[in-house]
Amino acid sequence: MNANTIITTAPSKLTGYCEFQLGNFSFSRDEYFVYVRWPAPATGTQTTHVMSADAFLRAMMRDVAWGFFYGQVNFDAVFGTTNLYGQVEVYAGAFNPAYASNKLALKETFDTPIVMATFKAILDDWTNKGFDPFAAPEETGTAWLGQKNGHNREAIDRARATCRRMPGLKGDAPLRTDDSGYPVNRAFRDVSQDEPVVMAEPGFENEVSAFNLFKFLSRSDVTWNPSITSVCKESLFCPTTEEYILPIKHGNDRVEWFLQLSDEITWDVESKETGMPRAKLTMRPGDVACMPADIRHQGFSHKRSMLLVWENANPELPKLYASGKLPINPIAF
Amino acid sequence: MSAYTTRFGSLRNFQKGEIEIISDNPKNFAFSNVFDVASKSAPYEKVVVARNLQYVIEAIRAEGTSAWYAADHDEFVIVMDGAVEVELVKLDNPAEVALPGTNGAVMVRGEPAGKRMGRILLGRGHQALLPKGAAYRFRAEQPGCMIQQGIFGALSVEKWADICYR
Ligand SMILES: [Fe+2]
Repeated sequence: MNANTIITTAPSKLTGYCEFQLGNFSFSRDEYFVYVRWPAPATGTQTTHVMSADAFLRAMMRDVAWGFFYGQVNFDAVFGTTNLYGQVEVYAGAFNPAYASNKLALKETFDTPIVMATFKAILDDWTNKGFDPFAAPEETGTAWLGQKNGHNREAIDRARATCRRMPGLKGDAPLRTDDSGYPVNRAFRDVSQDEPVVMAEPGFENEVSAFNLFKFLSRSDVTWNPSITSVCKESLFCPTTEEYILPIKHGNDRVEWFLQLSDEITWDVESKETGMPRAKLTMRPGDVACMPADIRHQGFSHKRSMLLVWENANPELPKLYASGKLPINPIAF
Repeated sequence: MSAYTTRFGSLRNFQKGEIEIISDNPKNFAFSNVFDVASKSAPYEKVVVARNLQYVIEAIRAEGTSAWYAADHDEFVIVMDGAVEVELVKLDNPAEVALPGTNGAVMVRGEPAGKRMGRILLGRGHQALLPKGAAYRFRAEQPGCMIQQGIFGALSVEKWADICYR
């Protein structure tokens, strides 16, 4: 069998959903829940983890859309992935002290393509018609629950919006308009849609350039899904609009920063290794905070808000932090 | 149901957030607020509010006319409060202003030598490219607040102890 073959069953006669296998992990869903099962290394007995299917699909959507992102993507306190850039470590209980100390935790490493293919197949099979895992709950409702009912490939196959230099430049990412399918979100109807006045001399039209970032964000059709809107070498501005709960707990493999552009987000910050709570940050417009390289975090946004996530995409960073060559907390004072 | 109200901050109206510590040190979060910082800054002082190795975000108080600046790499500016005009000049000899490989913005001595590229009028939420090889300057009739994306340079100012929770 090819290492890139997705292992799956025929649809369940009861629910219509298929089951999937990746290494020693099995994945199944029913009307409400997703079950992740794995043999406990200590005893070989089956260990079961249950999640609400909507929470699982929202988390899976981010993991897939972000290409496993930077570091850990924890679906919750038990299940998740670590991006090894070329390979992906899939784990259950590995960063949860109760599971880990009782030898119930399983970690398995795969080449990225088979994890991506399997996760995409799960997402495709388990996302019902009308359920958009990127949307806020108020927008997408309860179509996720119940027996299998069609697909929503348009929603789950969205490409992450990136740019080479800045949106709006010639040959770069397009700006968002009604006509291009990006109406103003219901929560941002009061955001000004004016554009900067750009007066370029002939020949400099592609260097004298500006756009309304807040307008751009007001038209985002996704939540908790950073786009890229400016690139200074490896420094990426990745703004995003947030509503309800970040569907994953992101465990950093490098330092990242948040700058709250509008409204308010509360962040739970936990130890990356153990999940022990460390701090709670409430961020309001203009607030800037560092997220150290040894934390996991999850955000809560009661009203759709605009957040600037700032990343350093230098591929050497995970090694440098892991080996202690760079400080976990970058700012000393 | 009433319509949503989107809240932005301004120099005159901001409310810095909070850290509730469970088991941590507030200093680890280097938590500041760009309006708070800019409300106490000199005009066009480049105060670092976020730093990731050589890369920075600076909070800048826009007020009056700035010096001319240039960098050997792209930079970006976002207006967080107020109205700011950006003027751009294509430098005839950019290497004379910022040696190739120089990190961060440098000040241009006197008037920049080069062709006028144009002007941009930015309002709140607007973002402009400050392209590599161009000199730029800002003008703001009323005090405003910008953030700039760039690289730590000779003009970058760090005053973490004054701006962060501790
Ligand atoms: Fe994160």
